[in-house]
Amino acid sequence: MKESQRLFRTLQPFHRAIAWGDVVVFLGLGVLLYWGVRLAFGTPAVIAGPEIDLSPAMLPYYVGLSLRRMAVAYFLSLLFSLSYGSLAANHRLAEKILLPLLDVLQSVPLLSFLPVVLLSLVAVLPLTLALELSSIILIFTSQVWNMTFAWYQSLTTIPRELRLTSTILGFNSWLSFKTMELPFAAITLIWNSMASWAGGWFFLMAAEMFTAGERNFRLPGLGSYLQAAANQGNLAAIGWGLAALILTIVVLDQFIWRPLLAWSDRFKLQLVESENPPTSWFYSALRSSRLFAFFSRRLIYSPWQRLDEWLMRLFTAPGPPHLRKNRFPKFWYALGAAAGLIILYESYQAGQMLLGLSLEQWRAITIGLLATLARVFIALCIALAWTIPVGVVIGTNRRLANWLQPLVQVTASVPATALFPVVVLMVAGLPGGLNLAAVLLMLLGTQWYLLFNIIAGASAIPQDLKYTTALLQLGRWERWRTLILPAIFPFVITGSITATGGAWNASIVAEYTQFGGRIIHTTGVGAIIAQATAAGDYPLLLAATLALILTVSTTNRLLWRRLYRLAEERYRMG
Amino acid sequence: MSENGYLLELHNVSQVYGSGERRFTAIKDFNLTLKEGEFAALLGPTGCGKSTLLRIISGLQVPTAGQVMYRSRPLVGVNPHATIVFQTFALFPWLTVQENVEVALKARGVPAKLRATRALDLLDRVGLDGFENAYPRELSGGMLQKVGFARAMAVEPELLCLDEPFSALDVLSAEALRGELLELWTSGKIPTRAILLVTHNIDEAVFMADRIVVMEKDPGRVILDLKVDLPHPRQRKNSQFLELVDKVYAILAGQTQPEHVELGTAPGEPGRTRSLPHITINDLTGLLEHLGEMPGNRTDIYRLADGLKINPDYFLSLIEAAELLGFATIAHGDITLTPLGDTFAEAGILARKGIFATRIRRLPLFKWLMTLLNAADKKQLEWDVVQTALELEFHEEEAERQLDTAIDWGRYAEILAYDDGSQVLYLEPAA
Repeated sequence: MKESQRLFRTLQPFHRAIAWGDVVVFLGLGVLLYWGVRLAFGTPAVIAGPEIDLSPAMLPYYVGLSLRRMAVAYFLSLLFSLSYGSLAANHRLAEKILLPLLDVLQSVPLLSFLPVVLLSLVAVLPLTLALELSSIILIFTSQVWNMTFAWYQSLTTIPRELRLTSTILGFNSWLSFKTMELPFAAITLIWNSMASWAGGWFFLMAAEMFTAGERNFRLPGLGSYLQAAANQGNLAAIGWGLAALILTIVVLDQFIWRPLLAWSDRFKLQLVESENPPTSWFYSALRSSRLFAFFSRRLIYSPWQRLDEWLMRLFTAPGPPHLRKNRFPKFWYALGAAAGLIILYESYQAGQMLLGLSLEQWRAITIGLLATLARVFIALCIALAWTIPVGVVIGTNRRLANWLQPLVQVTASVPATALFPVVVLMVAGLPGGLNLAAVLLMLLGTQWYLLFNIIAGASAIPQDLKYTTALLQLGRWERWRTLILPAIFPFVITGSITATGGAWNASIVAEYTQFGGRIIHTTGVGAIIAQATAAGDYPLLLAATLALILTVSTTNRLLWRRLYRLAEERYRMG
Repeated sequence: MSENGYLLELHNVSQVYGSGERRFTAIKDFNLTLKEGEFAALLGPTGCGKSTLLRIISGLQVPTAGQVMYRSRPLVGVNPHATIVFQTFALFPWLTVQENVEVALKARGVPAKLRATRALDLLDRVGLDGFENAYPRELSGGMLQKVGFARAMAVEPELLCLDEPFSALDVLSAEALRGELLELWTSGKIPTRAILLVTHNIDEAVFMADRIVVMEKDPGRVILDLKVDLPHPRQRKNSQFLELVDKVYAILAGQTQPEHVELGTAPGEPGRTRSLPHITINDLTGLLEHLGEMPGNRTDIYRLADGLKINPDYFLSLIEAAELLGFATIAHGDITLTPLGDTFAEAGILARKGIFATRIRRLPLFKWLMTLLNAADKKQLEWDVVQTALELEFHEEEAERQLDTAIDWGRYAEILAYDDGSQVLYLEPAA
């Protein structure tokens, strides 16, 4: 159960209300979107999507394409995380700018950027390249923030004595990185990578199946395969597609993540043996395999040794932090000032574009926002209604947990966006079909976070307290009120924060879709964004996207952050 | 060799944290010289800046003012001839014992083959041969610290700084390790020219060092520099040994001053604000009861500390609290229960609370706090407001701890109440 605790721990480090930094970040994001939208005027009005071959024999090919996008984006995220996190951890000034930026970026519904990114890249790059690139950018933005934050947090929480030791022993930056920083961060970096991959699948599926009117932005891959299968009502192909997706995720889990976790157990900081370390059959097999030992000695060990020696020579030992010259100020202040001026000017331009919108359109955006908000709220309520009782039952019952946990994990690993075409296929005939489908999709995307968190919370309730409530003969309701609900409260809040984030993202793909050759849509801000993309109404696209980002971030600040703080301060056990 | 024979010199070293009104002087005009062949112990209460001094000495930190000289040259950057052994061992848990030692050599560019032989040799010397492939989590505290020593020796330091290296060990391992370190030091088997041991354990300082430097806190400075002329190995039951321990205890515990000096002044007023010692009422009661069982309600501080087997640092805080509240007096290394203290020790729970309440109302810090609360709207104040006011006297962390202690004492005396949810401090209605 410990795993899920680490996996879904959203980091909410800043206990402050809206600050000027946030305003700058929002303006910056607005300007970026505005540039994207301006580029988008050159986008061709009709884009023919790829032909998707539904024969199961093609699936390995599609899986390969999807995996490639994921892998490229992941490695980019990793590189970015390491450099951004180090910069923020080692430079005071950089920290002041980079952290609020990170804070905002991890709380905006990034999927809403998809249309703008697609439109702008298609306008300037060859079609296939543009589509591939935008899917990678999207996946990257979904993966990178939590990893960056994990790395930054690790760097800043390395025990003081270890840091001092590395300085006094004269470690150079490579030796510090290799023997101290990376091992110290390894475990949380791996957990966050797993979480990032899960988030990445969600975005990849959305990116692969995104279409807007005559503009078919689909990419050949698992996502478009599933969508095409659902569109044609080909149940066999849906089955194959889903099986391939689940198989891919399970294989990655068993052959990459579990072994990595088992391996990384050595990086625990505690100086005592851990009670039940993570295990992996594949890792155990590798360790006992002679062939692997031979190869790793020949192919990995000695080149690694040589690289290590080379890097040791490359870096010279730095002085203690206070003696390093602070080269930051002048150049960066100048750059910052220039960037500020550009942002101001471009914001003005963007404002001009927004002023062109009619009152009618603003009203539509407001109604759309409210409709989507209602959906998010309903999805969250439904999710809470079932995950709290079920999670508590699983969490407090070890035997049941051992049975259900793997099952729940596999089910949860299927990205909700992949299921969306199937959901639409099922409910298309019902009244209010897409409305229902949208809520269902949000539910699919949100409930697992909640369930895992609640299981983790319930299983963390100390046995003594449970005995005490039993000895005091508290009634069922009293027991819930005095022990269980307060104990799981922090976990419910962290789960809800992640869950609502997912739900807002889902609205982008859930409120407007093409099914069986016709467009169906419902009222919502996601639908407005998609329609604006299809129609080429770029001012509307900009306005809707900005409004969505602003709404989500504001509710995050005003509601969730307060609840989180309350939970942390009042209800955290131990 | 250096010109004046000093390995290390600190001249008027001061360390100030924060700025403006919140300036806090951790160390003030600190002077210390260390000759080759000296084993000095730096002794003082928690928060007197001992560890900060070690960081300044080893070049990890540059002091706000003053000069650090090493072999008569100003120290620039990290001192390559010095190293620190930490209380927490500071080993890398993911490296084996041997790798932990080797990494120090690697940082100095020693080639791989030589690293292994040197590391094994060092481990052999501290008695860890056979454990080279073990991970730290497989070893006991004493063995971990041996790895710490081996790693420190790997860089052949001239100046070995020890930051409470035995504090995290159990009594027996600590004693064994002290003996082994002294053996290495006195036999000259290590290239170390001088040792500086930071500790709050008086017994340990007298047992090991040739010289004891006693520090005081708020601000940290030297109050005594004492030579220890006993030959090694030292016997703890030796009368000269006991005399020295007694003497240091007497100096650290101080003498009970006239009441107005003892109580100090209120925050914001001129003069020194007496800080509350961070102790729990339970422990104080225990100490007073224990004292009450002594013949004549008096005893030697050193003997009392030895019998109670508690952290000497905390013990001194307890004594300070007893003194501050007028429950005990201290003179010439002896502690005596006052009649009031005796009454307190004998009383029941409610009577104790009553006595305690009348006593703490006399403390300037409490008087100040009560006046503040009485003047406030609805007789309540937010934590932050009080803390900010206290920060004029104490640095941020200390202000927080002071307030914590004040609330704890005030709650016991039933004159203060605090609501953690709203973070509001208020007067008990009856008070």
